[in-house]
Amino acid sequence: MVEVMFYFFCGVAVLSALVVLFSKNILYAAFSLVATFMAVAGIYVIAGAEFVAITQIMVYVGGIVVLLIFGVMLTNKISGKAMITESRNKFSAAVVMTSLSALLIYAIFQMNFTALQGQAWIDNNNYKPTENLTNINQLGIGLMSDYILPFEIAAVLLLVALIGAATIAGYKERSDGH
Amino acid sequence: MAIEHYFILSAILFCIGMAVIITKKNAIVVLMGVELILNAANINFIAISQLDNIKLGGQFFALFVIVVAAAEAAVGLAIILKIYKYFSTTNLDEINQLKG
Repeated sequence: MVEVMFYFFCGVAVLSALVVLFSKNILYAAFSLVATFMAVAGIYVIAGAEFVAITQIMVYVGGIVVLLIFGVMLTNKISGKAMITESRNKFSAAVVMTSLSALLIYAIFQMNFTALQGQAWIDNNNYKPTENLTNINQLGIGLMSDYILPFEIAAVLLLVALIGAATIAGYKERSDGH
Repeated sequence: MAIEHYFILSAILFCIGMAVIITKKNAIVVLMGVELILNAANINFIAISQLDNIKLGGQFFALFVIVVAAAEAAVGLAIILKIYKYFSTTNLDEINQLKG
């Protein structure tokens, strides 16, 4: 059952990403990006990362895609026409990307991940957890102990990005007449 | 689930995102390609973090990647809006001067 769900989410993710690639209409691309992000969130749940899946839905679907659609609305003259994007370099992109994906998939099959899995099993069995914690417990304790410095830096980064975005995009009265 | 399958999905999503960046002319669709690539990287982190489900390093890294992706999308869209105000287009082939 889990396998079926995994391959279903894989198929949805890849197909809707292909819609982003082949669709000429920007809004269709944005909405199929939502489907890709939801499918990737499902894959996170299958991999046991529930909190990251929720964060993915909240930040990507609730934030970034909405931001992208705002960008589409603000950078097109709305006149009843569909918002079309053109393509270029189609042939070279197809050649480069099929060969790159073939190379990556070949390399992934060449690697020996079972050794890695065995090592992780040994590490996990030597570790003695004091209590039984869920995923979100562990992430919360980690963010407030081991990862406190990256957490605070992420807060400062978000503040800087917010102020920077508002400053760049905001309307400014210029005194020199431009 | 074999861990290779996560890596293959991630490789395919990465290549699609890269193809979007290469072929599309509209700057906003290029940003969508960047988001696809960041998602592909996150899938790899989550898949690796399955192997060590006590320390969860991969999940923390994926969370910080999501934070940086949000910041990047905000600043990138602000720059695109400014470019649209100046050039009246978001077609990347027509934006060919740095002088502002």
